[in-house]
Amino acid sequence: MPAPIIDFQHVTFKYHAQAEPTLHDVSFQIYPGEKVLIAGASGSGKTTLLRLLNGLIPQAYAGDITGKLTLNGKNIVEQTLFDLSLQAGTVLQDSDAQFVGLTVAEDIAFALENDNQSVSHIKAEVSKWANRFGLGERLNLAPQALSGGQKQRTAMAGVLVDDGKLLLFDEPLASLDPAAGVVAMEMIDKLQTERDLTVVIIEHRIEEVLSAHVDRVIVMADGRIVANGTPTEMIQSGILPENGLDEPLYVKLLRRAHVDIASLANVADVKQVVVDENKAAIEQLKIPVKKGLHHTKKLVIENVDFSYDKKQRLFKQFSTVIHQGEVLGIVGKNGSGKTTLSHLLTGFLMPDSGDILLDGKSVLQQSIKERADNIGYVLQNPNHMITKATVFEEVASGLILRHVPTDEVEARTRAVLKLIDLDSMRHWPISALSFGQKKRLTIAAVLVLSPQILILDEPTAGQDATHTGELLDFLATINKQENTTIIIITHDMHLLANFVERALVVVDGQLLADTTPAELLADEKLVTAASLRTTSIYQLANRLGISNPEELNAAIVHGQV
Amino acid sequence: MTMNNLFGYKERDTWLNHTTGTAKLVGFLAISTMGMISYDTRFLLALGVLAIALMKMAQIKYHEYALMLKLVLVFAVINLVMVTVLAPQYGTQLYGTHHALFGSGYWTITQEQVFYEFNLLLKYLFSLPLAIILLFTTNPSEFAAGLNKIGVPYKIAYSFAITLRYIPDVQSDYHTISLAQQARGYEISKKASLLARSKGAVQIILPLVFTSLDRIETISQAMELRRFGREKKRSWYQEQAFSKRDILVFVGSIGVIVIGVGLLIVNGGRLYNPFQ
Amino acid sequence: MNTKKKSQGFSVRSVVATGIGAAVFFVLMKFIAIPTGIPNTTINLAEGWLALIAGLFGPVVGLLVGFIGHTLNDAVTYGSPWWSWVIADGIFGLLLGLGKKYLALEYGNLSTKKLIQFNIWQAISNVIVWFIIAPIGDILIYKEAAQKVFLQGAVTAVVNTVSVAIIGSLLLVAYVKSRPKKNSLRNE
Ligand SMILES: Nc1ncnc2c1ncn2[C@@H]1O[C@H](COP(=O)(O)OP(=O)(O)OP(=O)(O)O)[C@@H](O)[C@H]1O
Ligand SMILES: Nc1ncnc2c1ncn2[C@@H]1O[C@H](COP(=O)(O)OP(=O)(O)OP(=O)(O)O)[C@@H](O)[C@H]1O
Ligand SMILES: [Mg+2]
Ligand SMILES: [Mg+2]
Repeated sequence: MPAPIIDFQHVTFKYHAQAEPTLHDVSFQIYPGEKVLIAGASGSGKTTLLRLLNGLIPQAYAGDITGKLTLNGKNIVEQTLFDLSLQAGTVLQDSDAQFVGLTVAEDIAFALENDNQSVSHIKAEVSKWANRFGLGERLNLAPQALSGGQKQRTAMAGVLVDDGKLLLFDEPLASLDPAAGVVAMEMIDKLQTERDLTVVIIEHRIEEVLSAHVDRVIVMADGRIVANGTPTEMIQSGILPENGLDEPLYVKLLRRAHVDIASLANVADVKQVVVDENKAAIEQLKIPVKKGLHHTKKLVIENVDFSYDKKQRLFKQFSTVIHQGEVLGIVGKNGSGKTTLSHLLTGFLMPDSGDILLDGKSVLQQSIKERADNIGYVLQNPNHMITKATVFEEVASGLILRHVPTDEVEARTRAVLKLIDLDSMRHWPISALSFGQKKRLTIAAVLVLSPQILILDEPTAGQDATHTGELLDFLATINKQENTTIIIITHDMHLLANFVERALVVVDGQLLADTTPAELLADEKLVTAASLRTTSIYQLANRLGISNPEELNAAIVHGQV
Repeated sequence: MTMNNLFGYKERDTWLNHTTGTAKLVGFLAISTMGMISYDTRFLLALGVLAIALMKMAQIKYHEYALMLKLVLVFAVINLVMVTVLAPQYGTQLYGTHHALFGSGYWTITQEQVFYEFNLLLKYLFSLPLAIILLFTTNPSEFAAGLNKIGVPYKIAYSFAITLRYIPDVQSDYHTISLAQQARGYEISKKASLLARSKGAVQIILPLVFTSLDRIETISQAMELRRFGREKKRSWYQEQAFSKRDILVFVGSIGVIVIGVGLLIVNGGRLYNPFQ
Repeated sequence: MNTKKKSQGFSVRSVVATGIGAAVFFVLMKFIAIPTGIPNTTINLAEGWLALIAGLFGPVVGLLVGFIGHTLNDAVTYGSPWWSWVIADGIFGLLLGLGKKYLALEYGNLSTKKLIQFNIWQAISNVIVWFIIAPIGDILIYKEAAQKVFLQGAVTAVVNTVSVAIIGSLLLVAYVKSRPKKNSLRNE
């Protein structure tokens, strides 16, 4: 066996501000040419591990390191960030922050400019890489004019110009629509085989990463490595759900059908797993799809026109009805107007014409604050919502502003914090939370106000299965008990398939479909048009020749377990 | 918005558009500095005419800069009024003669005062077309490279590039944050007391402050991971080779400086005094 | 701490702090101000932000943020920068940045005493900058009338002192509260 490219021996790390180490006795190796997925619950230390690999720890984050860690046989801690960056390219989680150039071309050129290479050489390299990534026509565009997927590709190109042999990705799929996610994974796959790269990917969207031929999965929990093996081994052993991670949906289905996963060959690949003899057992799981359960009109959107600039109209005569007590999903490709639609509902934006009615009355005259008393809104970016220094204060602030008595504030705040698993950190400064933790915090700050309608923009971005599950349980409870209407904007196919009752497909400001998620995902044309992706259940059903796969999907819907 | 469009840069096919940012920056600095120093009315008028001619050549339309022009005029008028009210004899003091026009006592308005204020107005106005040309014909990406080329250290030039890169993001962040905070229940109504209102405003800008401080950390990491600051020098993708046009701009700028300095010597100071 | 990181000259963090600092300064100055109730007088949020950034990153960053931010604002609003005030704002950032070591904001403590001293220093800086440097610059560079520029300077010094006293102090306190102390984070 060749020498490992990455070698960690008993590495323990503690951030300066922490009382306890974040990583405990971590040992693993990664060999040249491997593609490795690092999975783990939110806050389990994945990003911390990556920072150790690329040198940001200890050079940007101070702390205490013990143990031995080497990259290409040399001690990481003793090398400068510059030396490390030539060996390992990092694509950070936030592709917006990573985009430092004024235009696509300048961003791809950035590393080469810093090496003071000649301009003619830089131009040649930039044009080569931009074409590879389909950005050749967009070299002069500013980041504000790009979609999430295009930014992601720019970030990749900007790292690949270096010819490093190791690539590190922190949640590359987080803000991409499912189709763009597949394209990104295919891109990574192709590059890896062509250029013999070693790739390390951190991701919560396990199903999508596994579908792109991962050699190995490392599972982390509470700062320790709890499993390290091939995808097949991981799925056979059932370690993913034990650690709060999502298994691919077809595996869930197979478990429901009491298939013996532990001995199933090729179980990690839905295209190859051998389950023909279980077809009958699987087919038996079918449950008829429920639809149209709610009939009281809550929110009515009538012939709404809206445009950001006068030239291009985003919404044209957009109309739909949202019923009381419904769990509604809004899906569609990046940049198709989902967030804009929620801004129209909350009063952040005003329609050019048309009307929005709540309980039969127009809300267009109401201020943002008045609308917020009925419609709770959790924004896509948690940083836009956080105003307070500590976790507790953040959740309590909405109640205090509404003059709720102090002891009630305490009780309600603690109750919500317990629910989202942040109660033990309630006195922490918010700056010490991981991205997923921050996102949950902002959801809590809105939940605590018990609004009648709740709009969540990408609530599961950066969340693991356990926390998603707990959140969904809670949403299901308030939906049942208080008849809260829930509107979820999402790219998460699991969430769509498992939780949402009715789905609106919005593409380029058009309402492309209004249907159940199960039927939506079974309709291949619609799925392609909306840049979605069928889940593995549909692929499995297809292979086994099972008709009406949406009824299989209904079998694993959340809350039916 | 397809370009970083803060300044109203537009692609046009004029020689001023094709001139490098470096040359235009040098030209702007040379002419506006000379105009700032000189109080020679003839010189200022000539520069103004030159600037307007250049703006015509750059094919910039009135409606593009109408707002700026109005703001500058308002600014100029306020300042001239203030000078007239606070220092009505300043012209006499400067030019050393006294030719009363009308009024009496403190409020005597002299020819000298009118002439001085006319010069002041010229100064407020003459560089506007130059600045507009610079802003409207230079690709923002070229500014940083241009600054570096005229001797500004590349790290400082790059800070400027970062500023241009992130202003649109900060703007849209601020907008979203302020809406989100109003939805949370913060008010900035006129009824509240000054302190309460400031506190409300700070609540609204706090997320902006924290997001921005966070950004500083992430961006500097992203830049370090791509080796910013490793070498003593840095090349620029947007760097453009000098052509004949650029040399002409340099020569023209030197010409303006020579004339300006010459007039300083001839006039025996910064003022041109028609009263003696 | 690691010594390698302190490489020659201006650190990458300072470069970025300057860039982002100036971007925020520009946005606050151009688009956002709190009316005080007195006509034509607003509380300037930008100077409060400058106080925080200078206090965190030191005099050079303070100087450049004030300089770049103000230049851009003038350029976009009036076409060309009014250099005497641009320079004044830069020097204001520099003076406030001198307090970085003393304030030690990053280590997360800010006593009332320090806060008061900060405010005395900012008031002094405001007077130096707006009542001395800016008007003298106006007179030297633009040959403006002394009576006018000193009156303008005095008004600006007062308004900015009040602005920084309110906004700057609130920002400093909020920042320090948001910083975790060493070894302080544990689950309870
Ligand atoms: N700069 C920091 N200072 C102190 N503690 C930190 C810092 N960054 C992270 N932590 C803590 O370390 C733990 C692990 O964080 P990390 O970001 O590595 O998690 P993660 O597995 O990447 O989570 P996520 O999936 O939510 O991104 C968290 O509990 C977090 O509070
Ligand atoms: N403030 C704005 N000014 C101008 N155009 C905007 C603005 N915000 C969004 N847009 C444009 O409007 C379109 C819809 O954007 P929106 O954010 O609603 O998409 P989205 O469906 O939420 O995308 P994503 O899935 O990436 O979050 C996009 O083309 C976007 O570029
Ligand atoms: Mg992470
Ligand atoms: Mg969105």
